[in-house]
Amino acid sequence: MRAIALVSFCALSFISCQRESRQVRPEPARVALYGDAARQSDLQPGGVLPQRQVSNPFHGAAYHINEGGRLFNWYNCSGCHANGAGGIGPPLIKQQWIYGGEPANVFDTIVKGRPNGMPSWGGRIPEYQIWQIVAFVQSLNQKQPQSTITPRQDTIEQSPENIKNKVQGETR
Amino acid sequence: MRRFVLPMLMLLSGCGGHQQSVIDPAGSQAGLIAQLWWFFLWLLGVIFVLVVAVMLWALTRKHRGIEQEPLERTHVPSPETERRMSRVVTGASILTVAILLGLIVMSIATGKSMSSLGNQKNGIAVEVTGNQWWWYVRYLNDDASKMVVTANEIHIPVGRPVMIRATSNDVIHSFWVPNLHGKRDLIPSRVNVEWIQAHHPGRYRGQCAEFCGQQHAHMALWVIAESEQEFEKWAEQQRQPAVIPGDPLKQRGQQVFLNNACVLCHNITGTPGAGQVGPDLTHFGSRISIAAGTLPNTKGNLGGWVTDPQNIKPGNHMATAALKSEDIEPLLEYLESLR
Repeated sequence: MRAIALVSFCALSFISCQRESRQVRPEPARVALYGDAARQSDLQPGGVLPQRQVSNPFHGAAYHINEGGRLFNWYNCSGCHANGAGGIGPPLIKQQWIYGGEPANVFDTIVKGRPNGMPSWGGRIPEYQIWQIVAFVQSLNQKQPQSTITPRQDTIEQSPENIKNKVQGETR
Repeated sequence: MRRFVLPMLMLLSGCGGHQQSVIDPAGSQAGLIAQLWWFFLWLLGVIFVLVVAVMLWALTRKHRGIEQEPLERTHVPSPETERRMSRVVTGASILTVAILLGLIVMSIATGKSMSSLGNQKNGIAVEVTGNQWWWYVRYLNDDASKMVVTANEIHIPVGRPVMIRATSNDVIHSFWVPNLHGKRDLIPSRVNVEWIQAHHPGRYRGQCAEFCGQQHAHMALWVIAESEQEFEKWAEQQRQPAVIPGDPLKQRGQQVFLNNACVLCHNITGTPGAGQVGPDLTHFGSRISIAAGTLPNTKGNLGGWVTDPQNIKPGNHMATAALKSEDIEPLLEYLESLR
């Protein structure tokens, strides 16, 4: 009985290993490649092709989400989107996104830019960093596992609940 | 005996070199610290030897009068012995407290006289901001056009007091150039001030002295003390915009810089590149180290750094940019030409 308790206690300590896994040196493929990740229209000549499944390699990785948060400020995303609540640019904490909220859509939005203000960052930000930003942005509208989101943010009012409560009053 | 002494001497030989040493002061405050250190060393060394000697004497001394006693605690010392012993113990305790108090007073006095330089006229002010894991350096001036921005390197004129205004952008760091002064913490949203002054020219290595994350050990800086003329020449040159690349190779290098991830974080005055979150590269070629004192600034090291920064300094915030192999040579030539 005591042995089982000991073993399960030891096993418990491994729970957080996955969460903190950090690979700081990107794989070569992650540095350079830009794909045409998401389709913009369902209308296609000659019938509908299956949508290519693109998943964020950094989904659920706390370190990369955190790095994405740093880059969100470094590359001045916060200049227009504030800490997620929006300002000059649209808020990122809403569930409905103008150009789609799937990882591939967000990736494309960053790479290609969007009309009326969103700059095109393709060719400048390496791919792995774009995925980090995507991971962070998705943590703002709660599409990341709760366990990967830092309980205490570096800036004020970044908890999704906080911002959501504030914005809901204004937008609805 | 020789087997013991030789390694000890070799240990001490590590104290030489003098580019980063507490006991090789190049400024008045570091001199005070070194003085205090030597005083502590000798006083406490003598006390240590005395204590060990007395202890050995007590262990080996022949006991008088109690040889016949059994080992049980039946021996009752005479009142006279009791009195003598309590006198010795009380005396030793008083002496210990007095010495410790004396050392505290000395230490506080040294700290007090260190906290400011006697003469602060004609001083210059330098803002040092800690970042994970490099130092942002800005020379303040009432005339904005005379400010100098650089990174990981502080030039100071010999004999002139320099005010370091220390703060941080992220976590707590600590500014420590042991040849010149003690440690001073860099705390976010707070400015700590210290004055330094170099007495003779030289290159003094500084190091972050407060654990600040994964690459804390690779967060160094150089303080270069030089004559007034050399300093003015350096400052005047640093105020200029970056050199315009002359030959086609360097022109191409500039385009590589501007068309890659580099430009998002780094500033090169005189080009459209105006990123403010990474070290300023306007006069990068004139610096002696790259990556905050991690490597000497040579073309080979720079090549390794820009192509794979996460290999040299894992976890640092420099992006692994997607550089094409034919772009690397022009980029390196261009960056090294920024003098």
